[in-house]
Amino acid sequence: MAQQISRRSFLKGGMAAAAGVAASSIPGTEALAGPDESKQLATLIDISKCVGCEACVDACSEANAAKYPDPQKPFPKMIPDRVPVEDWSEKRDVNDRLTPYNWLFIQHADVKINGEERELTIPRRCMHCVNPPCVKLCPWGAAKRLENGISRIDSDLCLGGSKCKKVCPWDIPQRQTGTGLYLDIMPSMAGNGVMYKCDRCYQKVAEGELPACIEACPEDVQTIGPREEIIKKAHALAREINGYVYGENENGGTNTIYVSPVPFEELNRSIAKGKGKPHLNPVEDSMARANNLAAAMIIAPVAGIAAAVGKYFIPLFKN
Amino acid sequence: MNQNLAYNRVISRPLRWLYLTTTFFLMLTGFGQMPIFKRYYIADIPGLGWLAEFFVTHYIHYLGAIVLLALVTYIMADYFILKRKARRMTASGYIRVALLTGILISGGLLVVRNLTGTNFSPEFIIFLDVTHLGLVMLFLFASLYCLIRKKHWTTER
Repeated sequence: MAQQISRRSFLKGGMAAAAGVAASSIPGTEALAGPDESKQLATLIDISKCVGCEACVDACSEANAAKYPDPQKPFPKMIPDRVPVEDWSEKRDVNDRLTPYNWLFIQHADVKINGEERELTIPRRCMHCVNPPCVKLCPWGAAKRLENGISRIDSDLCLGGSKCKKVCPWDIPQRQTGTGLYLDIMPSMAGNGVMYKCDRCYQKVAEGELPACIEACPEDVQTIGPREEIIKKAHALAREINGYVYGENENGGTNTIYVSPVPFEELNRSIAKGKGKPHLNPVEDSMARANNLAAAMIIAPVAGIAAAVGKYFIPLFKN
Repeated sequence: MNQNLAYNRVISRPLRWLYLTTTFFLMLTGFGQMPIFKRYYIADIPGLGWLAEFFVTHYIHYLGAIVLLALVTYIMADYFILKRKARRMTASGYIRVALLTGILISGGLLVVRNLTGTNFSPEFIIFLDVTHLGLVMLFLFASLYCLIRKKHWTTER
């Protein structure tokens, strides 16, 4: 097998992840112990190997076709009028950006390597963050994070409010209007469809299979395995090719690690960016600022009780 | 009687205002976790644009929660240490304390959920989200009812 992680070790990782998911049904102390990197599966994307053949894009579409939306038309009238209708159902073949019908696409960058002009191609999809804001800040729990590091949006629960897209540093999730739960609640007043993005073929992974994009790649661009191992491999590869790593620390860490022969700053300058076309900028941990306040929430009740106790005892001591 | 005025009020006027301001901002930023303020033009009102910024409302919600936690524990401890002999909780007081406790516990668990490395099951997260919002709605209605009917948290023994 061409992938660096063998199917056997991948299966082992998958079973560990499945056991972890089962064990997490009730939050316990083990859930608070910190990230267990052995359970998280990350992918390594070796940009220097990618030839841009789009076999991964086609495999993704084929593997996920059953999950794509089939919206009801005409769409409900939106109140207020300014709520945007987003309809990709007539543009299902668009594959040069992320859409509800295209969860993976190839970005192109013209760069110079050792003085030689070269076009690099970069598979882009959800980064599957270690602490994904799309999942953590979803108001309904429609976005889910699995213990194996996959974040996915449950199309049966999503109301299409697009908050996940707004809090995603790469604006990955894409909306399709006219589908999903909102149609059964108050279609004009609340919700606007369903958000779609790469779920890293979670059903295939749960059965110990590889995600379709990895399986289909003729150049073995992607490798999947436990995050810790993948990061070691990414750094070893970066040392070998005198390259650069992206995704290890972005947004507090992701489960998609890119290795490039040129700096990501340079790649980012060259790629087409915009709607459905994510950047390659450095990204700060978007959840960190609020999470840093969590310690104060433990101190606050102690301070409150101490103030009341002080109010009672201080006059006694004075007397 | 006038000497005991401070004891007749479980919380002083400044603390009462702090409580009202904190709960107001907590509700505002809490509802702001749903994508409604931009949709319904609230964030278009000059000075309220921040209500459409999810990380801003999230951060302010956390700050409000810290103040509320300190305030609630102070008031409860103060009541049990100093004021319980003179005043007792009313039925509506017990209901509001129970709702507030539920809000704080579910909110605390959502804070834990947001930390790196915690991975509650999706079903439990949905339960927490719905419980937190449901309890807040009940607390809001209970508070409005008590305000209109002039129901106090405590009364003289």
